[in-house]
Amino acid sequence: MLELHDIRTFYGNIEALKGVSLSVDEGECVTLIGSNGAGKSTTLRSISGLTPPRFGQILFHGRDIARVPPQEIVRLGISQSPEGRRCFQRMSVQENLDMGAYLRRDKEIDADRAHVYELFPRLQERRTQKAGTMSGGEQQMLAIGRAMMARPKLLLLDEPSMGIAPILVERIYETIAEINRQGTTILLVEQNANYALGVSHRGYVLETGRVVLTDASSSLRENPEVQRAYLGT
Amino acid sequence: MSTPAASAPVRRGRMPNLELPQKAQLPVAIAFVVLLIILPFFFAPGGSVMNNLVLAAAYAVMALGLNIIVGFAGLLDLGYVAFYAIGAYAMGYGGSLFLSELTGDKGFAVFVSGPAAELPGVHMNFLLILVLAIVLTTVAGMVIGLPTLRLRGDYIAIVTLAFGEIIGRIAINGDEIRLGNFQLTAGRQGITPVDKVQLPGLERFTSLDLRAWYWLALALAVLVLLVNFRLRDSRLGRAWIALREDEVAAASMGVPLVKTKLLAYGTGAAFGGMSGAFLASYTNTVNADQFQFSFSIFILAMVILGGLASIWGVVLGAIVLSVINNYLIPDVLNSVPQRLGLDFDLTEVTAGIFGFMLVIMMVLRPEGLLPERRRKLELEEGIGSDDAVYEARMA
Repeated sequence: MLELHDIRTFYGNIEALKGVSLSVDEGECVTLIGSNGAGKSTTLRSISGLTPPRFGQILFHGRDIARVPPQEIVRLGISQSPEGRRCFQRMSVQENLDMGAYLRRDKEIDADRAHVYELFPRLQERRTQKAGTMSGGEQQMLAIGRAMMARPKLLLLDEPSMGIAPILVERIYETIAEINRQGTTILLVEQNANYALGVSHRGYVLETGRVVLTDASSSLRENPEVQRAYLGT
Repeated sequence: MSTPAASAPVRRGRMPNLELPQKAQLPVAIAFVVLLIILPFFFAPGGSVMNNLVLAAAYAVMALGLNIIVGFAGLLDLGYVAFYAIGAYAMGYGGSLFLSELTGDKGFAVFVSGPAAELPGVHMNFLLILVLAIVLTTVAGMVIGLPTLRLRGDYIAIVTLAFGEIIGRIAINGDEIRLGNFQLTAGRQGITPVDKVQLPGLERFTSLDLRAWYWLALALAVLVLLVNFRLRDSRLGRAWIALREDEVAAASMGVPLVKTKLLAYGTGAAFGGMSGAFLASYTNTVNADQFQFSFSIFILAMVILGGLASIWGVVLGAIVLSVINNYLIPDVLNSVPQRLGLDFDLTEVTAGIFGFMLVIMMVLRPEGLLPERRRKLELEEGIGSDDAVYEARMA
């Protein structure tokens, strides 16, 4: 469904991705783990067009989207919950969700909003509340829900556990697994490898802009290198 | 996220909430407009009150235009005077003797009757000139928008400031920019006289009876007001607000940044151009000395005083500052310093007075006279985009 071929992405002159290749199949949940600055978020930003790669190919359903603007990528069916959540602070929960459906004009937006509320009942309770008044965990739910409102085929999640109370992280990860079971393909970036490898099928380990290891998530969890570097055991 | 609420200074006495309940808004708005329409019958048709009403309405059009750029889309534009200038020159080119060297003695008249039609130069109907002004300023707005697309915050302000200055300089020195018989502007000498507005069925645009001018300015203001409301509640308006709140998030929602920003600049500029063309005809001159940086600040102050992004607030800000600038300071209070034994006119320190007013506003009511819902929230409850904090941390 999604294939990255040797993409190299730069911030100015700094090469953040030094040739990353990976693939995600329909229905999968794939995770990228790695430490700070490994290029996890940059990989997602390259896919979503926010910082397009300078070299390399990104194929989505066989079409190269490496140089396609972000709004077209959303239209093609890839949507992102960005790093740091980035909810529209002064908009209500519902307005945030409706922004997620910005490019859609069909009649099923209401149904999809109801579905998001089903996934995250907490959001329904707070639907008229301003996003900025909610806790980090609730804003993360909102960011994921907002990305779901684009009705993506592929959902990109950037560090959904960042800065969130452990009890909420657990709940969010249950919902991520549920979203995947319901048929949305997910590419997940996470420093918290424990949770990420728990819900995903396969994983890639990134180090300083390169993929250094890839395997089934269950094997990565058993891998002594990974355990030492990312699982804190 | 930081917690500004905890560190913010304690507010001394909350200001009263002036927001009307939703249901009352439409009737109140209609009553307000009706009152404005019949207002001229209470004053001398050629007096200073009428003059102030005309100017206030024309400035409201400009402030509403700038509000789209600064208030809705959050792009701080310090060069709005450029669009006033371009609109005014559209009127100068299309309705005066200025281009007579190009047209010869016969002149070139389009849908214009009366003496103007017989004169040399180009004389187009005011509605055509309005269209011309809108086209020119929309293009200019997008041109200024292009180099700012990759910039944020303060840098946008600097580029737009420079653009305003460039247009002002070109206006002043344009009398030396020639192409054959064509001279770009009349420089400091100014283009004067400028044709009076002529509209079908209305023959009363004279300097002795200002009522027709007023109604035209009011019609423009109401039109722009309606467009503002429609835009705010449209998809585009939503996209502008999302852009203002968080550009990266807006982009990941599929908001096309380039198009959305350029539309904000273009629309805002067009309103400035409309008002500029009107004012050129009303004041009977297009003088390059009018197009100074302080004018951009004057209009921006209306937007901030009234309440960024608040449509009614901006209208109120325009009326208040227009009256202070054109009536209170020159006519009422001007001699106050002399009576106190000081040797200057109050008009000499107008900019200082506006600056002082803005400072007072920032202390007492930073959200503006009639605040927008979202901005009020930010200031009263400490909710805001933590963009800057976040990016500083990530950098």
